[in-house]
Amino acid sequence: MTAPFQVIAGFLPLLDSAVLVAAREKGFAGREGVDLSLTREISWANIRDRMAVGHFHAAQMLAPMPIAANLGLTALAVPLIAPMALGLGGNAITVSAALWRALADRGAAGNLDPASTGAAMKAVIAERRLEGASALRLAVVHPHSGHNYELRYWLAASGIDPDRDVEIVIAPPPLLPDALATGAIDGYCVGEPWNTVAVRAGFGRIATVKQAIWRASPEKVLAVHAGWAAENGEALAALIRALYRAAQWAGDPANHEELAEILSLSIYLGGSPAALLPALSGRLDLGTGSQAEVGGFFSPFADFATFPWQSHALWFYSQMARWKDADFRRHDLEKVIASYRPDLYRAALSPIGVALPDRDWKIEHGFFDKKAFDPADIEAYLAAQKASLEATA
Amino acid sequence: MPDAALKILVIDENRIRASIIETGLREAGHDAVFVLHALQGAARKIADIDPDVIVIDLENPNRDMLEAMFQLSRSIRRPIAMFVDQSDTSSIEAAIEAGVSAYVIDGLKRERVKPILDMAIMRFNAFSRLERDLEAARSELQERKLVDRAKGILMASRGLSESEAYTLIRKTAMNQNRKIGEIAQSLITAADLLGGSL
Repeated sequence: MTAPFQVIAGFLPLLDSAVLVAAREKGFAGREGVDLSLTREISWANIRDRMAVGHFHAAQMLAPMPIAANLGLTALAVPLIAPMALGLGGNAITVSAALWRALADRGAAGNLDPASTGAAMKAVIAERRLEGASALRLAVVHPHSGHNYELRYWLAASGIDPDRDVEIVIAPPPLLPDALATGAIDGYCVGEPWNTVAVRAGFGRIATVKQAIWRASPEKVLAVHAGWAAENGEALAALIRALYRAAQWAGDPANHEELAEILSLSIYLGGSPAALLPALSGRLDLGTGSQAEVGGFFSPFADFATFPWQSHALWFYSQMARWKDADFRRHDLEKVIASYRPDLYRAALSPIGVALPDRDWKIEHGFFDKKAFDPADIEAYLAAQKASLEATA
Repeated sequence: MPDAALKILVIDENRIRASIIETGLREAGHDAVFVLHALQGAARKIADIDPDVIVIDLENPNRDMLEAMFQLSRSIRRPIAMFVDQSDTSSIEAAIEAGVSAYVIDGLKRERVKPILDMAIMRFNAFSRLERDLEAARSELQERKLVDRAKGILMASRGLSESEAYTLIRKTAMNQNRKIGEIAQSLITAADLLGGSL
């Protein structure tokens, strides 16, 4: 089989590189005529820079990153588009054993329930303030990330002001379990396997998960340089088809053990397959002797998991504005919407008879506090969020 | 002309490379050069040093952390932007290929900082070459040891002289179009497997 399309893609050693890895290793790329080479990187900044200078045609990226690039919020911003998502969910919030004891004492249900755990957090923070203790320190991997925005969403919906009541710091994923162990941080929000790593080492407790905070929520996307996409339409369509087939394969529970074996190769994530299986199956060991089965914990395929919903892009933009990573400007909405390209996804997949959503956006439901996000009225959404936090925090 | 007034901070976990860069900058007339090997507690140190230019290696997993510090800029005097401007793609590419990145205080003229990045790129490349040479020397030494062992095995098992043993290994390598080291390695493996009865 000849491979007329050369594609070099960058990735970080995280569970949701699974679709890219499976596309290469299981031959889905080759069957679409794509010679897909994967290059592992060590930071999102490196992925962004190497995209900017053309070392990568495509890359796994945090879903808000292309939006941030197109709004000029980052260094070396080149126009990027996200023609496809790389899955839903996959993150969890892990806290130190000490913080978990305090949360459990104050009513955290222990079954990943964000509401009771959030209420307990609020109580712990209030007590610490009375005692004059330092603010809880929580870590995320990048400011423009699902991790940062879902952690903040959970805190704020629990009546905790993430900018005033806690300290949120940035640290790379492999450092997080160690930072938790040494007490440098009290908790973190990150993708797998970095929650399971801390649980297995015995010093972390999974407090809640992305899937419980916002069901079937976006996490990583396939990002490509807008210019490359315009000039290489056929290659991009072939890549999207290959990744779609790979996502279908990766989403089938019958393939999880093989997928975990492949991902644990040293050129991909390394480590042991056993550390990757909990996230793939959704059967999580939470620490402190508890287990939970989380349906759709990480979904590479089901629920249109690879469709680049424009309402996802708009929700991320709303949260960038909420937490002052960006100024809300009506005329920027066009740029935000154009960052996600469901039209390219449809063009690549409709010829092969794939079931597609009938619209490019939806009203987003599934938030644990029962609030819906209507992408047609972001200003009202932001105003309600502001008022609600001011009333409770 | 070197710009002695600029404060330059080098962040590199590799101490040897960091000192190569530091020496280069000092030789070029920069007096205010600081080096950090880890980012633990770096926010305060960066605030204390108050650098105009930060040079960091791309293998450092903490770049996202560093950039976030700049964005928050609570502890840092002024916002810092990536040095190389967008139009200058060849110099960005050279930097990335060398494995180095740089940030400067917003508003500094690029003529003042370009020589610093050029120096860093040069020294990063020189360091990589040095490492490659070292690696080559190491594997050459390794190969010589292997060949010595293989010769010893042949001398003992077949009663050959040292030069006859070497000739045999070399001829086998040429016939099979493989490297002498590979032949020596497979001879040793075979001898180990067969308990020295080759």
